Amino acid sequence: MAKITYYTHDSKTHTIHVQNGLTVMEGAVQNDIPGIDADCGGGMACATCHVYVKEDWLDKLPTKEDGEEDMLDMAYEPKQNSRLSCQLIVSDELDGLEVTIPEKQA
Amino acid sequence: MNKTDVLIIGAGPTGLFCAHQLGIIGLQCEIVDNLDKAGGQCIELYPDKPIYDIPAVPECTGEELTNNLLQQIKPFNVKFHLNERVEELKKVENRWHVKTSGNQQFDVAAIIIAGGVGSFEPRKFPVKECEKFEGSSLFYSIKDKTIFKDKTISIFGGGDSALDWAIELSNTSKVNLIHRRDGFSGAESSVQKVKELNDQGKLNLYTKYQMDSVNGDNQISTVKIKHDDGEIKELQSDYVLGFFGLIMQLGPILNWGLNINKKTVEVNTENFETNVNGIFAIGDICSYPGKLKLILSGFHEGALAARGCFKYAKPDEKLRFEFTTTSKAAQERLGVKK
Repeated sequence: MAKITYYTHDSKTHTIHVQNGLTVMEGAVQNDIPGIDADCGGGMACATCHVYVKEDWLDKLPTKEDGEEDMLDMAYEPKQNSRLSCQLIVSDELDGLEVTIPEKQA
Repeated sequence: MNKTDVLIIGAGPTGLFCAHQLGIIGLQCEIVDNLDKAGGQCIELYPDKPIYDIPAVPECTGEELTNNLLQQIKPFNVKFHLNERVEELKKVENRWHVKTSGNQQFDVAAIIIAGGVGSFEPRKFPVKECEKFEGSSLFYSIKDKTIFKDKTISIFGGGDSALDWAIELSNTSKVNLIHRRDGFSGAESSVQKVKELNDQGKLNLYTKYQMDSVNGDNQISTVKIKHDDGEIKELQSDYVLGFFGLIMQLGPILNWGLNINKKTVEVNTENFETNVNGIFAIGDICSYPGKLKLILSGFHEGALAARGCFKYAKPDEKLRFEFTTTSKAAQERLGVKK
C-alpha cells in the first residue's frame, strides 16, 4: 500500500491509498480522479495516462521501458518529468509519490 | 442511399465478428470506419504485438487477427466504407437514416456501434493559435504535397510520419524538423538519413525543442520553438506540420441521445441494445455491470446484438436458433453446403 497524491488541473489535491501491484493509472481510474483517460487500458499504446512526476521522485521510479519515451512523444505537452502512469507499478517504495495530471490528455 | 439491414460503426475485431454473426442469421450489413483500413485498435495501435487471449488461438498479432476475421466474413460480401465517420442519425418511421462525413447515406433497420474508444483523429498541438491556421497553413496529414514546393516547412514529431515527410519534402522545400528529444521512435534508417541531410545542410534538425507559438495573419509566417533549457528560437515558416499519432475521440456519438457514462455507452446485457430502440453498442464502447474490455467479450456481445437486430430487420419472421455445424441455411449463407 502506498499513499499517492494526484494534483488535478482544477487545482484539487487527491490523496489516496493505492494497493501494491496496481498502477498509478489504475489508482486514479478506480478512484474517479479526473484527467486520466487511459484509452488503451494500460497497453502503453495511447499516452492518455500521462502525468508529471514531482522532480525528487524521478530517480526513485522504475526506469522507462522501451516504448514509453516513444509514446510520450505523442503526449499532450510532455516535459522532462513526464511519465505514463500505466507504467508505474505501486509498491511500498512509492509511498508518498506526487504526480500532477496535465490540463488534458489530447 | 445505401439500403441494408444493419449498419455497423467500427471495423475493429468486434465489428467484424458481428458482421459474421449477422451473416449467419441471414441479415445484410455494411461497415463504416474512420480509418483507412479494417482492424481498429488491433491494426492502428498494435499490429505487431502478439495477443494471447483469443479463445482457441494461443498466439496471434493484431494484424493476423484482423486478416483471419476478414477471411471469416468473406462469404457475406460485406461492404466497407472506410475513411468515413458517421455524423448524423435520423429516425424515419421504423428505419434509421444515417449520414457520414463523406456524405454517404444509409437507410437501415438497426445500428450497431462497435466504435472502441471512439474514432481515431490526429493529435493536435497544445498551442491555442494553431486552430486558426489549421487546414490552411497548418496540417496534421498531407493530402497535396505540391503546395509545399519551394516553401519553408516546419515539421514537428519524431515518428515515422515526421521523418518520412521531412526526408521527402527536403527535396523540394526548405525543411525544419523539430522534436522534443534526441531519440526518435521512427525507423533507424530514416533517423540516419535525417541526420545526414542535416549535416549536408539540406534540412535543419532541432532536437529538445517544442512549439512555443505560431504567428501570422491569415497564413503562418513564423513559428517560435522553445528548448528544454528555456531558450526560444524563431523560425520563418510558410507551413507547419504536426505528426503526433492518433487519438481516439467519441465525436458525434455524444449527440445521439444515448446514455453515456465515462466515454462508454450503457447497454442491457440481454441483447446489448442502448436506451434508444434499434441502436446497439458492443465491444470496448459499451458498458454494463461486469464489463470486461476483452476482444472475446466483444465477440459475445456481437453475437447477441446481431440477434437483437433481427426483429427490426425482419419484423414478420421468427429467428430460430441454429448451429453452423448442422444448419442448412447457415451453411448456404457460408457457401459451404455440399
